[in-house]
Amino acid sequence: MNDMTPFQTTLKDWETDQEVRWCPGCGDYAILKAVQRTLPELGANPANTVFVSGIGCSSRFPYYVESYGFHTIHGRAPAFATGIKLANPELDIWLVTGDGDGMSIGGNHTMHLLRRNLDCQVLLFNNEIYGLTKGQYSPTSRPGTPSPSTPNGSVDRPAQPCAFALGSGARFVARGFDVSKELPSVLKAAYHHKGAAFIEIFQNCIVYNKDRFEDFAAPKGAEGNQLWLQDGEPMLFGSEKSGGVKGIRLNLDHLHLEVVDVPDGDWQASGVIVHDVTNRAIAHMLVEMPFGEFPMALGVLYDDPRPTFEETLLGQDAQVRAGKEANLAKLLAKGQTWTVAEDGPKL
Amino acid sequence: MASVLAEDDSALAARGNATPEAVVVRFAGDSGDGMQLTGGQFTLSTALAGNDLATFPDFPAEIRAPQGTLFGVSAFQINFGSTDITTAGDAPDVLVAMNPAALKTNVEALRPGGLIIADSGEFSKRNLEKAKYAVNPLEDGSLAKWDLLAFDISALTMESVKPFGLGNKEALRCKNMWTLGLALWMFDRDREPIVQWLKDKFRKNEILADANIAALNAGHAYGETAEIAGPLRKLTLDPVPSAPGLYRTVTGAEAVSLGLVAGAQLAELPMFFGGYPITPASAILHNLVKMKEFGVTTFQAEDEIAAICAAIGASYAGQLGVTSSSGPGIALKGEAMGLAVMTELPLVIVNSQRGGPSTGLPTKTEQSDLYQAVYGRNGDAPIPVIAARSPSDAFDCAIEACRIAVRYMTPVILLTDGYIANASEPWKVPDPASFTPFPVTFLEDRNGPDDTLLPFKRDDRGVRPWIKAGTPGLMHRIGGIEKAIDTGNIDYSPAVHQSQTDARKAKVDIIAQDIPEQDVCLGKPGGTLAVVGWGSTFGPIHQAVRRARAKGLDVSHIHVRHVWPLPRNLGALLRGFDNILVPEMNTGQFKTVLRDQFLVDARPLTKTSGQPFAIAEIEQAIAHFFDRIPDNEGGEVDADATQLPSIKAVNP
Repeated sequence: MNDMTPFQTTLKDWETDQEVRWCPGCGDYAILKAVQRTLPELGANPANTVFVSGIGCSSRFPYYVESYGFHTIHGRAPAFATGIKLANPELDIWLVTGDGDGMSIGGNHTMHLLRRNLDCQVLLFNNEIYGLTKGQYSPTSRPGTPSPSTPNGSVDRPAQPCAFALGSGARFVARGFDVSKELPSVLKAAYHHKGAAFIEIFQNCIVYNKDRFEDFAAPKGAEGNQLWLQDGEPMLFGSEKSGGVKGIRLNLDHLHLEVVDVPDGDWQASGVIVHDVTNRAIAHMLVEMPFGEFPMALGVLYDDPRPTFEETLLGQDAQVRAGKEANLAKLLAKGQTWTVAEDGPKL
Repeated sequence: MASVLAEDDSALAARGNATPEAVVVRFAGDSGDGMQLTGGQFTLSTALAGNDLATFPDFPAEIRAPQGTLFGVSAFQINFGSTDITTAGDAPDVLVAMNPAALKTNVEALRPGGLIIADSGEFSKRNLEKAKYAVNPLEDGSLAKWDLLAFDISALTMESVKPFGLGNKEALRCKNMWTLGLALWMFDRDREPIVQWLKDKFRKNEILADANIAALNAGHAYGETAEIAGPLRKLTLDPVPSAPGLYRTVTGAEAVSLGLVAGAQLAELPMFFGGYPITPASAILHNLVKMKEFGVTTFQAEDEIAAICAAIGASYAGQLGVTSSSGPGIALKGEAMGLAVMTELPLVIVNSQRGGPSTGLPTKTEQSDLYQAVYGRNGDAPIPVIAARSPSDAFDCAIEACRIAVRYMTPVILLTDGYIANASEPWKVPDPASFTPFPVTFLEDRNGPDDTLLPFKRDDRGVRPWIKAGTPGLMHRIGGIEKAIDTGNIDYSPAVHQSQTDARKAKVDIIAQDIPEQDVCLGKPGGTLAVVGWGSTFGPIHQAVRRARAKGLDVSHIHVRHVWPLPRNLGALLRGFDNILVPEMNTGQFKTVLRDQFLVDARPLTKTSGQPFAIAEIEQAIAHFFDRIPDNEGGEVDADATQLPSIKAVNP
């Protein structure tokens, strides 16, 4: 994000005149709406906002947002974003990518964007499948995923985007899902984080991977399946209806997280830990919690800003330039020179 | 018979006892012997003596090759004389060999009768073994076809620096200055500038400065006083009259960097340079990081792809995006170049070509990326291509690349090569006031009817407006998908793709109207034979054509800077010749382009050894051409005049 004077807009101001061409029922619609609803609340200025994307279903996103937009090439959006931001750090950049674009062909660029900490929001739509190329398994597909390229089921172990992000040095890692009411609040937190803010958004591919995330995203039983993390709040989930309030405790003997029952709301007695968004070690554990044994960790998992790439690099450049005169004639004549006069050359 | 042209050519003075017009000296030693430094300082002294010159460093790909090994040899060649010099020379006249490995790897290049100066102190049993010599070549008569001067430079250096109390290793490091001193004596050069340079270089260590100066003086005195009969003699080459003004030497990598900075200044834009380390292109990045006060931002990306993508992103945000690499890296950038074509954003792509394919010959030169530059992308993706002919020419070419990029909203490829990047030549420092600015105007207001924005509305040249991301009211989306006319909205209907493909081609084609007509740089605009070159073959072609014309052969030299689109008059010009010969350091790529574009019978002369053409090779090819013309007296080259065997590279 940037410190910008709030700009008055409505959701309508962020819609383009282009017909949205995702499949009916695609989770992308919900994410688009969440973004378009959030931007006015952030006071964002369309002229200072750039949506940059790679290739894939999600990467059509920029065409539908009335701001600056660059639909680039497969996997390379982080590199374009880096050039744009370094050329004009005033621009607020939203990078839209998918599990194929950002974790497979563009995994390298995602890693470097995160470790450099370029100030931008990275929205990685994870539908665990290749949609635009008609249904091949993706790097986040679960083992055994049958697809046109893996008719007998995929065999490779899936990448975990949030674990990858943390491992790459990301200073903000969050999770949400397409139809979640909480998504705008996660987007806002990402916007307000100065630096690279990585959000994995589980997204339903209605055609090739329908309801893949229903196990935790379905409204029914959501309470017991979703752990929405709040900074400073105990890690509690579930209700009497879902089979009792539970919490997450740190097993100090073996240094891992575990689910504990919280009778009578006394979470302290159960040893439930309080979420601290700056705790990197716990964040590593949260992103690795396997769903089933644990609830799905959602919301802001980690948020601990560091100086950004562009302010550090451009700041260093400004220091180097300070007091130096941009004299082209002098530059061209640098080094060992000699003068040819009528009577021959001399130093 | 060949038409006889009355053209006197003074460059053809015979060698022998008379002072030659040009001399080629090669300094060769171990990577640690400081040969590049010796060469650099000898170059300066040569320039100060008023001789014209060209140099070429030849260093190993290995960073720290084991001492004394064949692959650890580093060499520096300089050609200088009292006439115009355009190449680093064919066969050296003098070889300075600092160890057996240097002798072994370089001696075959020496012209018969040439002079070898060898440091006998380094010809130990161990070093001979490392150089795979069974017997000492200084003693077995195997060097008989050359003049040999072997003396213990190591010991003489040690002796000369004794008063300074240096350690053995440090003392021996002064060997290169001793050798330079001897070379300065041989060519009657002033030592003072080198002394000044040494004082400056070692200003923090006066003892080292004094020791090096002592070694330099000792080497010079050795030439002066040693009673050596025969080959070692003092030569004074007359200065070449050159235009008065300020001069410096410049390598191609320096000239490209300076030209890019000048180009961005003339466009009144900040420059964004995205690069990834690769030989021999990295020097451009290293140079530009030192020029930040000119609004230069440099970004060392995670890979070649990210480097170009970031540069395109910067162009989208209103800076002049530049990226640079060599063949393998350019291959990786291909898809992004297509995006720059499709989104019609300015971008300069510098390719310092090296031997290929794949990793190929990282430190050696070739011109084999011409197809890649002209044709090497998916889809119909025309990109203007400019090729520099020499280190100093790379400056003007870089400015021209910037001009075309911003004026036509297009990526532009600038081709140099390993030879141009590393070679140096004297350069008359230009006055920036003499450059024509080409300031960029960004679109600030909506340009369509009823207050609409048309980001892809073309002007009369077919060029779309440049809209800086961040401009209020001009929000729009661009991308790699085919787009509707004017609005740029996604549209891949048949008529639109046809129309946009035509428009992108027409926009690049029209550049031919905005570049100079092709000139004939030596000879006449018509006749028996045109030798057509591009890029760094300029030097050897020019000299070869000069020599051939001096013999009366009707041959002209045409050198093409604008490889794509080609100059508008080139076809007509070529059709004015009976024969066309295209020497290239590849298997005949430009030949194909000329045949394709003009249906002319262009013949290839090809070389892919990683070394630049020798003048003699092209001269032989020209001669061969005239030999084949029936009833022609022929163009046979006197073997003694060029000192190189003919090559069999003339493809029928």
